[in-house]
Amino acid sequence: MKTSTITGRLTVGTVVLILALTGCAGTGAGTATPTPTAASDTLSVADAWVKAADTGMSGAFGILENSGTEDVTVVSAESPAAGMLELHETVPSDTGDMVMRKKEDGFVVPAGGTLELAPGGNHIMLMALTGPIKAGDEITVILTLSDGSTHEFAAAAKDYSGANETYSGAKTMDTTKK
Amino acid sequence: MTIGQQPSTARGLSRRHLLLGGAAAGIGAAGAIGIDLAGKAGASPPASVVAPLNGTETVPFFGIHQAGIETPPQGHASLVALNLRDTVDRAALKRMMRILTGDAARLTQGEGALADSEPELAVTPARLTITFGFGPGLVSRAAGEAPGWLRPLPAFGVDRLDPAWSGGDLLIQVAADDPVTIAHATRMLLKDLRSFATVHWVQTGFRRAPGSEKPGTTMRNLFGQVDGTVNPVPGTVDFEQLVWATAENPGWLAGGTGFVLRRISMDLDKWDRLDRAGRESALGRTLATGAPLTGTKERDEPDFTATTPLGFPIIPEYSHLRRARSENRAERIVRRGYNYDEVPAGEGISNSGLLFVPVRRGPAIRSPSSSASTHSTCSTSGRPRSDPPCSPSRRGVRLAVTSVTLSSSAFAAAIGTRVALVPSSN
Repeated sequence: MKTSTITGRLTVGTVVLILALTGCAGTGAGTATPTPTAASDTLSVADAWVKAADTGMSGAFGILENSGTEDVTVVSAESPAAGMLELHETVPSDTGDMVMRKKEDGFVVPAGGTLELAPGGNHIMLMALTGPIKAGDEITVILTLSDGSTHEFAAAAKDYSGANETYSGAKTMDTTKK
Repeated sequence: MTIGQQPSTARGLSRRHLLLGGAAAGIGAAGAIGIDLAGKAGASPPASVVAPLNGTETVPFFGIHQAGIETPPQGHASLVALNLRDTVDRAALKRMMRILTGDAARLTQGEGALADSEPELAVTPARLTITFGFGPGLVSRAAGEAPGWLRPLPAFGVDRLDPAWSGGDLLIQVAADDPVTIAHATRMLLKDLRSFATVHWVQTGFRRAPGSEKPGTTMRNLFGQVDGTVNPVPGTVDFEQLVWATAENPGWLAGGTGFVLRRISMDLDKWDRLDRAGRESALGRTLATGAPLTGTKERDEPDFTATTPLGFPIIPEYSHLRRARSENRAERIVRRGYNYDEVPAGEGISNSGLLFVPVRRGPAIRSPSSSASTHSTCSTSGRPRSDPPCSPSRRGVRLAVTSVTLSSSAFAAAIGTRVALVPSSN
């Protein structure tokens, strides 16, 4: 069997991917668009995943990549899987705990750069789930950008516990489930 | 979609691939690999060539066949059997295989699993392959058609099958040249499986480490025996015909194969009691080179008709070589063996043996006229005490053959082509 050698390209967390997701609306790759007319043309999402959850809340994560020359700002998100989605950041509270809170000004993906959404950091919060999200499901998330364009991606559901988080809305997320 | 078509292919593309050609995205694994190799071939060689590290070597995950069957065996392997939870139905199996496929595709290419908690452990793939096998329970749960041979191994006259090492619905073979890589990959996969299945058994084995011997050297088992000399060679028509499933199997097995695991315990203390000549008689081959007793080189054809001055065959009829050799070439198997060496119990000083893995497209049908069988019970060393056609007939060697206790596992699994195979969705 043939083997190939990979050298020096496996930097954790910086692997960049496009067209990676089923159900991708195809707006993210921008292979042939010389002058992007919408922010969504330069945005893509890699390694998207969502925490499996039976009810209540969940979180979606991944790496937002902006291949353009202008910053892209994600202002909101929606999904058939949840009644309400919010863009969250995780910050130290007055008592020193790390707490999540809504990021009112949205996620800024720098021009030519990436923004990682990860447990314990920035993430997309899913509330009022419309049904169980089971491991192996793929859910659709639609991001709305500041210029009104949208970018749709699919996130794979995984059982996940770890990076326990506290929601500043006082509720405690059940992150130990499963 | 089918997982086999894989969006994960594109996921596996690194930035470098994309720089080489963004149009590659979506072409598929073969296209991406082609670009990778083309890029290497076309680039000017660096001024000083540094030998690549073993750890950076990868084996393609996607292809006509699952990796890990014709892949030259890696230094280490971990075989995990799981039992499905009661609640897992066909729909759940689809979800399960989707997750496993995605993460296996990433891990084997040196990328962390999705949501990898220790991604730094994933960047040294060391020829990692992850191979999935389906036991009869899983195929049934998926409402798939099981080939007739996919069932628990029968009871044997001599082998003592140990239920603790037998059975299971899902088999995962995780193999690599580095045991740290295996530990991490296995953990990530088992995390994925938490809501689907529970671990039934884990068996680990090893061979020579990469770089210790010239590539292609036939392995030695812990008897010191050169083991696997006549293995069909991957890539040959012979291998193709023996291993990869054909029309006789259900469609989902196309490109797949049958997989059996036997845990063959070797009683090294009794083996010690046999002198070198006795050992070689038991094997039918020399210990030094693995040559048949009638030859001088490992790959010399044995001459079963040659006799000693007293008229006995030089290669005894009870020898492993003679008995494992069928006149019917269709009865052969491909074996992937791994040694194991576990903690001894009680007063013992060894608990060692062989994870004997025959693969072929279905079990060999033993021809009544053949004097030997390729069946795994006639493999290495393990000679039945009471089974007349297999029992040793000469003093001295009898000890050797009976010295092997066959406390075996008996696990059969079907290795499908598409990883998503049975649960292929529409």
